[in-house]
Amino acid sequence: MSIKQKILNGLDIAGLPAFKPIVLLLSGENPPEQINSILKFIVVPIIAFGVFLVMWWAVASNIETKYGNVPTPKEVAKEAGSLIDAHNESRQKAKDFYIKQGEKAKSYEEKAAGFTQQALAAATPEEKTKLEKRAAKMEKMATKTKNRKYAETPTYFDQIVTSLKTVFAGFLIASAIAIPLGIFCGLSNVFMAAMNPLIQVFKPVSPLAWLPIVMIIVGALYTTDPREAWFEKSFISSAITVALCSLWPTLVNTALGVASVDKDHINVARVLKLGTFTRIFKIMLPSSLPYMFAGLRISLSVGWMVLIAAEMLAQNPGLGKFVWDMFQNGSSQTLAQIMVAVFTIGSIGFLLDRIMIILQKLVSFDSVVSA
Amino acid sequence: MAFLEMKSVNKGYGSANLRTEVLNDINLQVEEGEFIAIVGFSGSGKSTLISLMAGLITPDSGQIMLKGQEITDPGPDRGIVFQNYSLLPWLSVAGNVDLSVKQVFPKLSRAERRKHVEKYVDMVNLLPAIGKKPHELSGGMRQRVSIARALAMQPEILLLDEPLSALDALTRAVLQDEITNIWEKDRRTVIMITNDVDEAILLADRIVPLKPGPNATFGPEFKVPLERPRDRTAMNDDPEFKKIRNAVTSYLMDVNTEAKSLNVNTNIVLPDIQPVDLSAA
Repeated sequence: MSIKQKILNGLDIAGLPAFKPIVLLLSGENPPEQINSILKFIVVPIIAFGVFLVMWWAVASNIETKYGNVPTPKEVAKEAGSLIDAHNESRQKAKDFYIKQGEKAKSYEEKAAGFTQQALAAATPEEKTKLEKRAAKMEKMATKTKNRKYAETPTYFDQIVTSLKTVFAGFLIASAIAIPLGIFCGLSNVFMAAMNPLIQVFKPVSPLAWLPIVMIIVGALYTTDPREAWFEKSFISSAITVALCSLWPTLVNTALGVASVDKDHINVARVLKLGTFTRIFKIMLPSSLPYMFAGLRISLSVGWMVLIAAEMLAQNPGLGKFVWDMFQNGSSQTLAQIMVAVFTIGSIGFLLDRIMIILQKLVSFDSVVSA
Repeated sequence: MAFLEMKSVNKGYGSANLRTEVLNDINLQVEEGEFIAIVGFSGSGKSTLISLMAGLITPDSGQIMLKGQEITDPGPDRGIVFQNYSLLPWLSVAGNVDLSVKQVFPKLSRAERRKHVEKYVDMVNLLPAIGKKPHELSGGMRQRVSIARALAMQPEILLLDEPLSALDALTRAVLQDEITNIWEKDRRTVIMITNDVDEAILLADRIVPLKPGPNATFGPEFKVPLERPRDRTAMNDDPEFKKIRNAVTSYLMDVNTEAKSLNVNTNIVLPDIQPVDLSAA
């Protein structure tokens, strides 16, 4: 396969067929047609976005709030810049702090070494123990200084990272529950009948209803000393809330996929007398993978939406908390910062969905997946 | 005793009052090494028949015996080639064939298994495409994989359910020749369902027509005493071939018109009663 063909296939798998004409144009294949598609599917969307910005601009300057005018796109972009600056600044401060701490620790160590040497040359045993004690004290000071952490307020990017970690943790919990349950539901009518009422009742519940329950239960069960725990309490309750809300699409889709395996494939398994285990792993699961991944894709996007709400309400660290904090700040940048957050949340959601589309296309054997 | 025997087999679908009898009083005896073609119109219950022989469904009454043993469930001793290929789309050609080989010959080592798979893929002339997935293959190639998969199980009997009916005429001819060649090599018992009389004559030793359903049953069988190997081009002028083709075709046409006329005959027989003139009394 030529490089060109590979790129084209890659774009197809990534769900970005709009960019194919550019590759074709560069390779000189029927330029008028390619330019036509570029105009239709790349230039037009760009113009549409431009129109949106202009309308925003026009509307924004006319609305006055208690925090000043609604920010224009330019102000929002500037605010995004200042969030990046704040992040860099904070990182620089932390770096400086650690350098300073390193120097301090070094001086303690030098002093300790000095005392040890003096101890070796000490005249009386009493003086020797005294000096040794001093050396030990200095060494202790050195390790303490080395281990001291910089008390940093999380920057915007730290919040993004926390949110991503939380959503993936929740998504993993959800998948670990939903996939096996879905398989059992698909395999057995009776199990499905047993699960159905639970699924139907819990599926439409909003994250805002789950959250207090989860927080209370996690609070009751979380007895480890926070300094020794692997995860923070807020992280666990956010992740579990995400899991509770996002497991349903995967569960339902997996069940559907396993239950609707092609009858011909089942006949093949029957003629071959495949054992239950082989039948599930060689026939049922591969055949239901596309359904399962379609479910996982919906689950992840639901999870991302739920997470922001959960963080906001529970004051768990993350993008949701950032939005809430900015709202409470009530400064002149409030609106601009929240809008930056909105664009960030949207873009990350879009990226996560793309990743899932790619995975879905890679596992589906007939390679027809709607974007 | 015959190799495969069907004794007054009945099969219908649906419950009590909505029931349609598909097959009625089916009797068939197949000898070992025979190539039987069952010809019939579409909808006459041909696929039900092959599913019965494969054991995928059980008859409502009557018995199907393979080597004196009653068939109650499907098994790898009866290799079946489905009309719509039924390949697993996530497995390559080799993977599809290997799935059955692994199941039927669990004692083979990895290398032996690969050799076995390659042998049968080669038999249907697909070695160059052994690593491809079904969706990368043409219809004819897919059906070859399906045939290789069935053959690789080394079944006692090969059941072909309209294996070539979804293919174009040229591909069909090529595959007919391949099936003949393979059959010539190991003379396995084959039962093929088809709707093509020429194909039946070209391949089979015996042609059994299935009357149109519902209540389909076998008509009188036709022997095909033509010499093997049969040459498809020369055969067109062979008087014997023409004779058999005419006989089978006209029989099928006759039973079809008969069946249709039966269906059309819906004249309601009126009760033989006369109104009584009460005023006279």
